[in-house]
Amino acid sequence: MLENYIKERLKSKEILLMTHIVMGYPSFDDSMAMVEQMVEAGVDLMELQIPFSEPMADGPVILGANQKALDRGARVERCFEFAQEAAARFDIPFLFMTYYNILFKYGVENFAARMAAIGLKGAIVPDLPPEEGKDYIAAMEKEGLCPIHIFSPTTTDQRMAYLSSQTQGFVYCMARKGVTGKETQFASDLGEYLARCRKMTELPLAVGFGVKDRSDVEFLKGKADIAVVGSQTIRVVDEEGIMAAGQFVKNLA
Amino acid sequence: MIDRGYYGTFGGAFVPEILTVTFDELEAEFRKLKKDPGFWQEYSDLMASYSCRPTPLTYAENLTHYFQGAKIYIKREDLNHTGAHKANNVMGQGLLVKRMGKTRVIAETGAGQHGVATATMAAKFGFDCTIYMGEVDVKRQRPNVFWMEQMGATVVPVTDGTRILKDAINEAFRDWVSHMDTTHYVLGTACGPHPFPEMVSYFQSIIGKEARKQILETESRLPTRVYACVGGGSNAMGIFSGFPDDGVECVGVEAAGHGLSSGKHASRLCADDASVGVAQGYKTYFLQDSDGQMKETHSIAAGLDYVGVSPILSQMHDQGKARFEAATDVEVIEALKLTMVKEGIIPALESAHAFAQAFKEAPTLSKDDIIIINQSGRGDKDIFTIADAIGDPSWKQFIMEKAGEYHA
Repeated sequence: MLENYIKERLKSKEILLMTHIVMGYPSFDDSMAMVEQMVEAGVDLMELQIPFSEPMADGPVILGANQKALDRGARVERCFEFAQEAAARFDIPFLFMTYYNILFKYGVENFAARMAAIGLKGAIVPDLPPEEGKDYIAAMEKEGLCPIHIFSPTTTDQRMAYLSSQTQGFVYCMARKGVTGKETQFASDLGEYLARCRKMTELPLAVGFGVKDRSDVEFLKGKADIAVVGSQTIRVVDEEGIMAAGQFVKNLA
Repeated sequence: MIDRGYYGTFGGAFVPEILTVTFDELEAEFRKLKKDPGFWQEYSDLMASYSCRPTPLTYAENLTHYFQGAKIYIKREDLNHTGAHKANNVMGQGLLVKRMGKTRVIAETGAGQHGVATATMAAKFGFDCTIYMGEVDVKRQRPNVFWMEQMGATVVPVTDGTRILKDAINEAFRDWVSHMDTTHYVLGTACGPHPFPEMVSYFQSIIGKEARKQILETESRLPTRVYACVGGGSNAMGIFSGFPDDGVECVGVEAAGHGLSSGKHASRLCADDASVGVAQGYKTYFLQDSDGQMKETHSIAAGLDYVGVSPILSQMHDQGKARFEAATDVEVIEALKLTMVKEGIIPALESAHAFAQAFKEAPTLSKDDIIIINQSGRGDKDIFTIADAIGDPSWKQFIMEKAGEYHA
């Protein structure tokens, strides 16, 4: 279903855009205002991050946003309510991004059932490799949701094929080593890696980690299907305020 | 990865995709090393020539007479080079790093002991070294920061999260996912993703192997109980592994801080506010809220101030293979003072937790019973914290005068 949506959209757009926000940062009201602006600016998909106290895969920008959201009292229940409202108001697919302990404590089956009930489409859980996530993958499948797994530049061909077999919707390709929000060289190495990803899966490819401006998105055209902009959105909002989010997205495409 | 390192339902390897290859390689190299018939000898020889091993098993005659109960022995891990059992793990991983051909090591540290040990190992083996340390711990363990830097390591104060051990671990992982080609992460305790719990326990098993041999040589029988403090759990795994026998009770002692019901403690296996979760790459008991957010922990001992605990100990807890207790900050200071005046031995604040529990139980045992306390480290490093806790006026005077000299 998500895969079809992406393929359908790609008929009229060279590359799709997915943005990322941390729910509750700077506040839940501001988060909703950001969603609204980004959707109006033409974003195709959105990742809603449920903040976690130990976001191991995130760099300083998203890490800081996680901490501040939690300091300001962001609870998982409130994130579900937020996501429900976003999914009801805006006609694009929304995904959860979070760490496994949030699902584990809620109960993986209940978590998936709640996601389906409020209209979310899938989830990205960076600290849950499929070998550890059999219950999760089964629960997501049962609810018709997409478990999205990650390819990295160090992932072997054989493992890419395995990860692809455990994934639905699209594959998330890390553009480089490291954590979110650091500089990425958009150069020939990345092109070769993405060609390898393309060969190993038939699913659409999303590329994130370090995608921050129009030239990065331009580079990805023809090599990937979705450009993912995460930390840079938060940086822009930190520096220029909530109302800058829409214009920032418009400038990307 | 074929074996994901489960201990019952605990453990596992919840690692981000970027590190999968690195963990596969680490696991393979560790398996090779464990199978290498010459390795343990190479390791023991290194520990003998560099770190005073075997460390003595000291009969605490005065404490034994004082409590009029069990015969008390102390396993002297404080006499390792750098003053703690951390050296065992670090030198073992150092040999592994050499085999892997990597040139840089990183580590987290709480009390600073693991950081100092890692910096020492890096200097000896010629590796670059970066140590991540929570800002709170940098402040309370300044002397260790000084020594790490003198040995050529870069110490990075971690200002995220609660700014203690768990935050330093997150930051070390963030470094590792960027530099795994050249870098090995020397995790300091029997926690984290597989194969770390098994690997760290393997190197620390040198404590138990020696202690068993020593007590049998001295007393010709096994102890009734063995005590160890439990932060991440590596010194406990080390000594417990030497006494898998039915007749020996292993007692792990956690940090009760201001008390188990105060909310200011670091007890994962004795407190009601801990539950099973997954963080920092493994599944175990964590101090967390109902959403799964990790809580702030407290202990007077920086090395015990941690939200998680070894998955191997969690399994021993659930199976009843070890008993777990908790000692408060106040009890720990009392045990420390008593050990100093009775034996002339200065345990680290971490180790003093094991002493505190042993002192509660020693009088209730008979004179035929033997107990062993694992003194995981020496207390010199804690001079500022201990002096504050004791409230020694002449020490305060000295510090003020010293500060005055810097102002002049």
